[in-house]
Amino acid sequence: MPPALQPLSTVAAGSVATVAEIKLPPEFRPRLMEMGLLVGTSVELVRFAPLGDPVEIKVRGYNLTLRRSEADQILVRLPGGG
Amino acid sequence: MLIGPLFMDSPAPKPSADIDPTAVRASGKAHTSLRSGSTSGRPIHYVALTGNPNCGKTTVFNALTGLRAKVGNYAGVTVERKEGRLLGAPGAADIRVLDLPGTYSLSPNSLDEQISRDVLLNRLPELPPPDLIAVIVDASNLQRNLYYATQVIELGHPTILALNMMDVAESVGHTVDARKLAELLGVPVVPVVATTGSGIDALRRQIVALVENEAEVKPRLFCQFPGPFRIEATKLADRLAEVFRERWVQATAEALLILSNEKALASSSTHYPRAIQDDVAAARARLDAQQVDWRGSPIEWRYARVAEIQRAVTTQLAPPGESFSDRLDRVLTHKLWGTLMFVVVMATMFLSIFVFAKIPMDAIQAAVDWLGGRVGGLIPSGDLNSLLVNGVIAGVGAVVVFLPQILILFLFIGLLEDTGYMARAAFLMDRLMSKVGLHGKSFIPMLSSFACAIPGIMATRTIETPKDRLVTILVAPLMSCSARLPVYALLIAACIPARAVLGIPKLLQGLTMLSMYLLGVIVALLMAWLFKKTLLKGETPMLIMELPPYKRPLLRVVLRHMWDRSRIFLRRAGTVILGINIVLWFLATYPWSKVVMNESDAKRVAIVKESFPNVSLSFTRRGLDTEKLRVNLEPLAQTNLAASAVLGHLEAIDKEEAGEKLRHSFAGRMGRAIEPVIAPLGFDWKIGIGIIASFAAREVFVSTMSTVYNVGEAGEEDSSRSNLAKTLLEQKRPDGSPVYTTLTAVTLMVFYVFAMQCASTVAIVRRETNTWKWPIFQWLYMGLLAWVLAFVTYKGGRLLGLG
Repeated sequence: MPPALQPLSTVAAGSVATVAEIKLPPEFRPRLMEMGLLVGTSVELVRFAPLGDPVEIKVRGYNLTLRRSEADQILVRLPGGG
Repeated sequence: MLIGPLFMDSPAPKPSADIDPTAVRASGKAHTSLRSGSTSGRPIHYVALTGNPNCGKTTVFNALTGLRAKVGNYAGVTVERKEGRLLGAPGAADIRVLDLPGTYSLSPNSLDEQISRDVLLNRLPELPPPDLIAVIVDASNLQRNLYYATQVIELGHPTILALNMMDVAESVGHTVDARKLAELLGVPVVPVVATTGSGIDALRRQIVALVENEAEVKPRLFCQFPGPFRIEATKLADRLAEVFRERWVQATAEALLILSNEKALASSSTHYPRAIQDDVAAARARLDAQQVDWRGSPIEWRYARVAEIQRAVTTQLAPPGESFSDRLDRVLTHKLWGTLMFVVVMATMFLSIFVFAKIPMDAIQAAVDWLGGRVGGLIPSGDLNSLLVNGVIAGVGAVVVFLPQILILFLFIGLLEDTGYMARAAFLMDRLMSKVGLHGKSFIPMLSSFACAIPGIMATRTIETPKDRLVTILVAPLMSCSARLPVYALLIAACIPARAVLGIPKLLQGLTMLSMYLLGVIVALLMAWLFKKTLLKGETPMLIMELPPYKRPLLRVVLRHMWDRSRIFLRRAGTVILGINIVLWFLATYPWSKVVMNESDAKRVAIVKESFPNVSLSFTRRGLDTEKLRVNLEPLAQTNLAASAVLGHLEAIDKEEAGEKLRHSFAGRMGRAIEPVIAPLGFDWKIGIGIIASFAAREVFVSTMSTVYNVGEAGEEDSSRSNLAKTLLEQKRPDGSPVYTTLTAVTLMVFYVFAMQCASTVAIVRRETNTWKWPIFQWLYMGLLAWVLAFVTYKGGRLLGLG
């Protein structure tokens, strides 16, 4: 039984998870994917900005920032449990 | 469903559609020699430098060309075009290196990326096809960089790969095998560390060798498309090869791009004929019917292949740990410390502009005064003397004096950009910007607009959504640019008390300056919000922004950058402002009023005759020789009270006459023509002259005022010209009350915060938006804002009993 999915924006800072589903509308998906965020990619949530938004993640060895509204629509799976 | 990595080198191109590559190169050469007028008919070879943002591309460019780049723009857009000659190329070769804007993908998401794509696909009529493409790759961030590099290699041009930042890769714990990478990519790979210059010589040799001996390019495709996608892509490539007579390799790569990415097609709608666009739509519909994700799958295939390559060439030396940059970010993006640091950085920037610039500014002012005095002494008094001293030297000097402040501002912006802090500033500010419907990325153009709206507006090209870009362009000129600084500085020095408050010297002056800046920021944000709600309705754009690792800035690069940008300002001072000053001097001096002169002379004669009935007065072509009279009276004035009284009277008459002359001059007439409009703001017609002149450029206000009042003083022979600020305070209204009160100064500054008084900005907005509609709209809305808010300030001030 695979662990449950949760939005990337709910992951605690410092934890690493695997992208399971990108629910963004198709026209917004390509650039995110071109930046290396694909289903199956492992991401680390680095931190939230001081004002709570946007969120900084580490993907494929570099740091990327997204808004919460986008991170909400990226579902991830934490290793070993939900 | 995930499609397995079925990757291999591409099959041999279809012979039927394979147009002879040499034929295309040859036609490219013909193009090249057509435009090689500059250097004795030698062919010019172009090397296009491309790569992801933050891969050290510009550092490589500087190392290859030695900081002697020509900076211009691509035709019709303000994307910066940087070009330089390759240093150390053998005598006969003229090899030009072109630094393309940083690009994440050949499916463009911004104007910058679109230009890169167009250069590489040879769509710009102004440029021949590049003879060689050099892809710069960040070895410490291999996967995302290779994603783009493989796209470029697939275009099938001669390509070389510079594997940059090998040192950074090692510091984060891995090495990259360049030989293995070359083997897997099928192009030469040169490892370099651009910041130290290591490997640059080898890169240069390889570039020269590849340009001079064109090697056969083996077509490569890194993704082997499965089933239906391959059928559609091949069909489309055939059509492209047929319609554009393109080599089949590039046609294949192009077909993949336009089939899989809506923006890739939309951004070249003028390039592809309707029929091809319809073909693409039909192909996508067929793929949809077969449930092929034509948008996402090609990206997944490429990343899978790229990850494979990356694993094959990378040796992990140490487990990836926290880098120096990560540790720095712990502080710089920390809730408390990060915010604090941000405030400190911004405050330091503004304080430096006002504190450190003081000494060089005083020196420049002294030099200008000295020059004016010397020139004034050499040339006999008259029109030419007045033109040179009051029009040219004082006018241009009044602007050049602000160069130190502008240099410091550009130095800071350059440092922020070069260290990587700019992206953090956007990260910290995004929440605030998104409140008004903008992007963290809009923060950078707006911050740059504090220096000048022109680079600020040019910086908006990194914003992907056209509407957000437009909103940012519309509000960017509300940020107080460096050209307003001279106006604020003059008015504050003249009308805001310098006395210490709470023990801090010049506190009121500093606070006034700060409030002008804040006023611009607040209204800019409000207007952005308003535009996003009404005119340019749209959702808050997505933010997908890289936070590049911090790096130590290269001082000479930052300095060079600062100088390049400041030169634009100096050139303006040297050309536009000089021209405006001459015109203004003319407008303020002519037409000569004989009546005014005769009336004044009659008064003078009466005054002199009253005390010295026997004195003989000499007249010149221009009436009474007041200079001679003064020379005769001055020695007497030491001892004779009557003589000194006469001198005093004469001076008063001079001023009165100057004022009358100005009123009769062209400038005076124009100022008075707009007086009804500006009178409700408490401005007189002389200020009106300054405002009219400022519509060319704001800083002209200062030089105009010095022209207006120096001409008005008729004090050419007075070598120690009084400080302009002091002169302003001496100005009286007809009723004897001072023109420049604290309230007038504040009202005038408020007007300058909002009015779009800058011909260059109007021109840039026209160019950026490609229509006159937006600059005209912007000019009107800002003008209206300026008048209304200045009116409110003035009336409000009067109600509070000021002025």
